[in-house]
Amino acid sequence: MENLIALLVAAPLLGAAVLLCGGRRLDKTGHWLGTALAAASFVVGLILFTDMLGKGAEDRALHQHLFSWIPVEGFQADIAFQLDQLSMTFVLLITGVGTLIHIYSIGYMEHDERRRRFFGYLNLFLAAMLILVIADNYLLLYFGWEGVGLASFLLIGFWQHKPTAATAAKKAFLVNRVGDMGLSIAIMLMFTTFGTFAFGPVLESAGETSQGKLTAIGLMLLLAACGKSAQVPLQSWLGDAMEGPTPVSALIHAATMVTAGVYLIVRSGAIFNAAPDAQLVVVIVGAVTLIFGAIVGCAKDDIKKALAGSTMSQIGYMILAAGLGPIGYIFAIMHLVTHGFFKAGLFLGAGSVMHGMNDEVDMRKYGGLRKYMPVTFITFGLGYLAIIGFPGLSGFFSKDKIIEAAFAKGGTEGWILGSVALLGAAITAFYMTRVMLMTFFGEKRWQPDAEGHEPHPHESPRSMTIPMIVLAFGSVFAGGFFAIGDRFVNWLEPVTGYDHGHSPLSAATVTGATVVALVVGVGIAWAMYGRKPVPVVAPRGSVLTRAARRDLLQDDFNHVVLVRGGEHLTRSLVYVDHSLVDGVVNGTAASVGGLSGRMRKLQNGYARTYAVSMFGGAAVVIAATLLMRAV
Amino acid sequence: MNALAAATTTSTGEAVQFWVLGIVAVIGALSTVLLKKAVHSALSLAGTMIILAVFYLANGAYFLGVVQVIVYTGAIMMLFLFVVMLVGVTAEDSLKETLKGQRWLAAGCSLGFGILLIAGIGNASLSTFNGLGAANARHGGNVEGLANLIFTKYVFAFEITGALLITASVGAMVLTHRERTERAKNQRELAEQRVREGKHLPPLPAPGVYARHNAVDIPGLLPDGTPSELTVMQTLRKRGQIRDVSQESLADLKALEQRSGERLGREDADAVTRGAGPASAAENSEAAQ
Amino acid sequence: MNPVNYLYLAALLFAIGASGVLIRRNVIVLFMCIELMLNACNLALVTFSRMHGNLDGQIVAFFTMVVAAAEVVVGLAIIVSLFRSRHSASVDDASLMKL
Repeated sequence: MENLIALLVAAPLLGAAVLLCGGRRLDKTGHWLGTALAAASFVVGLILFTDMLGKGAEDRALHQHLFSWIPVEGFQADIAFQLDQLSMTFVLLITGVGTLIHIYSIGYMEHDERRRRFFGYLNLFLAAMLILVIADNYLLLYFGWEGVGLASFLLIGFWQHKPTAATAAKKAFLVNRVGDMGLSIAIMLMFTTFGTFAFGPVLESAGETSQGKLTAIGLMLLLAACGKSAQVPLQSWLGDAMEGPTPVSALIHAATMVTAGVYLIVRSGAIFNAAPDAQLVVVIVGAVTLIFGAIVGCAKDDIKKALAGSTMSQIGYMILAAGLGPIGYIFAIMHLVTHGFFKAGLFLGAGSVMHGMNDEVDMRKYGGLRKYMPVTFITFGLGYLAIIGFPGLSGFFSKDKIIEAAFAKGGTEGWILGSVALLGAAITAFYMTRVMLMTFFGEKRWQPDAEGHEPHPHESPRSMTIPMIVLAFGSVFAGGFFAIGDRFVNWLEPVTGYDHGHSPLSAATVTGATVVALVVGVGIAWAMYGRKPVPVVAPRGSVLTRAARRDLLQDDFNHVVLVRGGEHLTRSLVYVDHSLVDGVVNGTAASVGGLSGRMRKLQNGYARTYAVSMFGGAAVVIAATLLMRAV
Repeated sequence: MNALAAATTTSTGEAVQFWVLGIVAVIGALSTVLLKKAVHSALSLAGTMIILAVFYLANGAYFLGVVQVIVYTGAIMMLFLFVVMLVGVTAEDSLKETLKGQRWLAAGCSLGFGILLIAGIGNASLSTFNGLGAANARHGGNVEGLANLIFTKYVFAFEITGALLITASVGAMVLTHRERTERAKNQRELAEQRVREGKHLPPLPAPGVYARHNAVDIPGLLPDGTPSELTVMQTLRKRGQIRDVSQESLADLKALEQRSGERLGREDADAVTRGAGPASAAENSEAAQ
Repeated sequence: MNPVNYLYLAALLFAIGASGVLIRRNVIVLFMCIELMLNACNLALVTFSRMHGNLDGQIVAFFTMVVAAAEVVVGLAIIVSLFRSRHSASVDDASLMKL
């Protein structure tokens, strides 16, 4: 069974290689090949999953050692895989959602002449993401981490003829570099601390190491997670990343890659458990991002950017849960999985809407689409109900658990975190209701596009609707399936550990509060966007609204603090280099040159001058000898 | 000289000899350095070396004393003289210093060095002199003693020195011998070359000829009365031994005119040349000697 | 008289020879001064031989003479060939060590 693990990665990797190197002759069949290989990976995942279910909880983890990558004395880098319950969850999510989105893309990218390349990149992403989640050491994880960064860069900038897309790709890549630096520093710290970076030894001996080192490692890992998962302060790239094709937004920037940070923190749980300071920072980052993303999501008129803000906010929930320690790890992963379903479904729905509306993304120009796109409306609606936490749907179970866990953290901290999470739930309900109302309800507000074509909204082809339907099923039932009978908790507990915590509130109270928050959010949104017609041109709005439209001034902040600051720093360094360093170097050179010029006169080529110096030297030697004898 | 053995003082005879000859030797050395002409330097050096040979003998080194005379003064100095003749005497003999500060540096270094050496010797405790009597007598004489050492203790050094001598003689031959690699130019070719270079086509002019002396060192006069150096041989030119007779001939001409004027009874000519007369006569008499 | 005076004489001659080497430009005279220095050394060696009562000093002086002879032969040959190529017997003219 272990030997199948490599096959998980090999299938999409083969697809990427064939599609990217195969050239034009694969243009007609390439997308089928890519989809088939993604599906093959999913099937392998399923086989491994059924095999795993047949075993006892303790021996479910599988290991496969492929080869030694860098075997050096005292430094062992292996290409080795580890498939435990946590990895298995991710494998199924990645390959499952990935396969659905491959199928969706067949229809979505039908008219794009570079479709083969698109599928190649998608397969490359799948391979890298799978390496990331099944690696058995941090170095290989880092390899996959960079691989998904590369795939993300390529796919955001897929329509590179648009300057905005090219810029967004560059931005995503650069911001991700900051996080990657954190991960590489964390790995180096691990190596100096533990002498290895394999998960097993590092995590087992984490408890016996000094807290300072663990805090440093934890903060660096958090930095990495912030970069990849678009958490404050490295969140600015995610909104712009929506320039990529919608399937990419669904797969990479909603369901899988952006959750890699959560995976990293949960995987490194042992380190964070032993470093409460780092854990506190994780929680703060999660809580801040949760509100930040929600506020941004409220103000955006671009449907994909509104969803991107929502993604940021939902991942904030996960990070918050992951920062709670064993109380929250499992619920972070659970929310991650259900979020993978409903957010992918929402993005695919948004893509379907755009597909029918001449690629229009401004929600103010939608309206009343429910009659024209019934399947999209229903699937999107189910996703909507799931994300706002409508009782009985996926989001309800996972989010409710996170809010409970936040309260269960205990003390003032627990109250603050719980309140923030509840507030987030209300805002989530508000902005998602706003999206829903603006898109599918109200009057038609369509306008001809720049070339004068009146949009003719229509339902999308079947290759697009089927994945949406499947994901809608997941959005509805996954949460209940996981939560009832604590299935998910039992499944992951051997890997991450679990702790009930002591909630000051009963579960029913929390659930009630969540439902109240939900109702309040939906009610406000209905009052603002359901009862009155939505203006086609956005009103000026309050200061907060305007700031939120500009992503809460994150780019301005980055520009002022980082770009300007960097420029000033560079200028001063250049000045120091020119005046001080060059001064020393040039001064040395000049003095050596001047001295040599003077010394050169001694070398006049006349034998007699040399004889004088020789004779003088002999005299000095005699003088020295006599002096030594005298002394 | 066996009487010197194991004594810190020498006989009065040797002392007298040392002070007299030592002073001469220092004078010889100084004139080697200071005399202008290489030949004089060589002769002074030869004198110094002979005196050193005497000192060797006085010190009981009979063999070395003889070798010094034969090899140094006899062979090496003659070699020097040959080379001086070969190279000829040039203007480089002048003692005028061309390098800036060289003379002061040299003087400073030499003085310092000499003072240091002498101070060193003075400092050293050289009170006892064993003398060579015993050493010379051990093998029946100075020459036998040296021979015994050379062929036993120093036999390798001796052999190597022999090899060095042979190498040196071969090297000297290699350095000085020049194989002619091209045909010598014949007269026509030389003439053509001279025309091509355009420097001086006809043969060099002869020196001015006066019956009164050798005349090789007297340049011929150009039509305006100035001497032409081209007419004098190169060696004399380099030595600066050209005898300038231009003024002399003018004075001679005046004297001739005066005498002919006297004979012809020209009063005015007599009055004009009276002041220059005696001087010209004196020069004439000097030239005639 | 103390035979040490021979050593003083040798030192004096050596210094005079050295100053000659430094001062004279005519390469032949310069060479003669070198010979003078060698002779001064020989005198010192012979005196030391007398001082210590063995013949090794004389042997060294003897070898010095032989080597000096070889040196003179080669040196004069060099002077001759130098003169042939440069038509000058001045050491300062052979200043090609300077660029």
